[in-house]
Amino acid sequence: MKHSTFFWFVLPSAFLMLLFIALPVASVVTQSMYTAHEQVLVTVENCGPFGCKPVTSIDQEATKALNADKPLGKWAGLDIYKDRNHLAFSEVGSAWVNADGLPDFGKTLMNLPFYKAMAFTLTYTFIVTPLTIIFGFFIAVAVNSVAKALKGPTIFLTLLPFIVTPLVGSLIIFWMVDARGILGTGLQWLANNPDLSVKASTPLMWIMLMFYGIWHAAPFAFVVFYAGLQTVNSESLEAAMIDGANRWERIRYVVIPHLFPLVTFVALIQLMDNFRVFEPIVSFSAQAHATSLSYAIFNDLGGETRLLSSAAATSVLTIIGIAILLSPVLIRTYRDFSKPS
Amino acid sequence: MANKATAQPLSVKFLAISFLMFWLVLAAFPFIWTLWGSFKVEGDFFSKANWANALFGGLTQKETGGSFTGDGYYGAFVEEEFWRAALNSFIVCFFVVTISLTFGTLGGYALSRSTHRYAFWFLLFALIFRAMPPITLVSGYLLPFYEYNLWGRLSTTIIVLVAINQPFTLWMLHAFFKNIPKDLDESAMVDGCTRFQAFRHVIIPVMWPGVITTGLFSFLLAYNDFAVTSMLLSKDNQTMVPKLASFLGTTQTKGNVMFAVAAVVSITAPLFVMVMVFQRQIVSGLTAGAVKG
Repeated sequence: MKHSTFFWFVLPSAFLMLLFIALPVASVVTQSMYTAHEQVLVTVENCGPFGCKPVTSIDQEATKALNADKPLGKWAGLDIYKDRNHLAFSEVGSAWVNADGLPDFGKTLMNLPFYKAMAFTLTYTFIVTPLTIIFGFFIAVAVNSVAKALKGPTIFLTLLPFIVTPLVGSLIIFWMVDARGILGTGLQWLANNPDLSVKASTPLMWIMLMFYGIWHAAPFAFVVFYAGLQTVNSESLEAAMIDGANRWERIRYVVIPHLFPLVTFVALIQLMDNFRVFEPIVSFSAQAHATSLSYAIFNDLGGETRLLSSAAATSVLTIIGIAILLSPVLIRTYRDFSKPS
Repeated sequence: MANKATAQPLSVKFLAISFLMFWLVLAAFPFIWTLWGSFKVEGDFFSKANWANALFGGLTQKETGGSFTGDGYYGAFVEEEFWRAALNSFIVCFFVVTISLTFGTLGGYALSRSTHRYAFWFLLFALIFRAMPPITLVSGYLLPFYEYNLWGRLSTTIIVLVAINQPFTLWMLHAFFKNIPKDLDESAMVDGCTRFQAFRHVIIPVMWPGVITTGLFSFLLAYNDFAVTSMLLSKDNQTMVPKLASFLGTTQTKGNVMFAVAAVVSITAPLFVMVMVFQRQIVSGLTAGAVKG
């Protein structure tokens, strides 16, 4: 294809991605280095019958003019990254010095918003991703063994948790595990503790969020593995059986190696999606027990005062996190492409 | 044909089927439960005293006189004007899908036919963009959008969603166009067509299966989005998902959880129909990327 033709064909997509993905990233990086203006103060002599007193007040107009003039705020360099809401260097430093052993240090770290969000995001990503893969694989094997006529409806029901809007799906689960909901009451009965409430317990909240994550993503893993199972070569299976391999050995040495490329694919997509975990935290109103990086950004942006700079700094840190997480995959893709084929 | 290698002993079969039963209940029961409960009053939907209330609607009977009530739906759609959000969702989804597919087919086609190195880099950057959580981009939009007075409009949100959608659309359509033989459009070009004419007269007639599949996923992205729509739309222009979230903030304290339940069911219903009609396309779309490796 000629260069010029290629250029015209990709121009609309390239333009949109440049304008709304690449530029915003640049804008986020810039924003993260500025901080909001302080309010302009003026001191005037306030003279009354008992003499003059200097009074300090906020000059509303000047503040407004300053904001309109320099909407980014004032230059702060890396200060926002270092403050208590982000990397919190000084707090971490003093905690390291004063901490009474590692668990105590960890506890202090968990009180800092950024580290708290990071801890949940990483735990969530690295627990939900492998469990999704395993669970999806089992569903695929099970569906593969039912009668043909039942496969259609089974796949339909299985797809539901994946297709339904995450905010909606997590709300449905949340209402059921609410202390007054059917699962919540069931849990209280099981644990024989009428005060048990998922909303009030941090460990239970983490478990519920991860349970939701697996429930939501397992169908995706299922579909991919199910398609893979359809293409397993039955001749190799028969050959393995003639060679004396039992059921488990046939799965272990024929089926799993066949599915392995699919595992990397599912893992890649799941890592990307689980790292951005966000909607379930909103639905479960879990912010007191668990926050994620995405939720921290959302929280900064919403509300009365929009903390643009703080959100921007968290965004930059999130993007760096994603880059580190995905670098092995990107390097591999690059190598595969560079290899002479 | 069942052969010996794939035949299963009874015990394995039993295990597989019971696991599947367990999973199907897990997957479907929450939806059925919520659909049923949406026609009850709050006291039955959340029933501390007796879970059977939620089934038979004891309090619903006392409060409204019947076993079922449409109060939740009435409150959500009429009092809280959820219909407006539904209309907005429809507008947003329609335009996001059309624009995404128009741009995506052009780009995806070019990427599948170009043998130059920059096509690879283009796709690699698209993959990186796909990995970025949308909410990180939102903090970059807000300030410029305020400055140029673009914030809060449906059109802005549509363009942003199209842009966020492009990496995925490009990857999917690129994979799809790779499967259409090159000879097809190249022979048209030998006959004197320009590249665009070959695309217009030869490729477009055969591309619909791939386009429909990609369109479904574009639709899902626009329909399910919460991060972008909740941040970029003004109150009047909210689509269904952010509107639902606003029910949680305000009406829960007023004791009107049932509005939110009705909204949840209303958001889920079109998705149900979609999965029913397009199940085959969704399955093929989900596996398209994987089979390519």
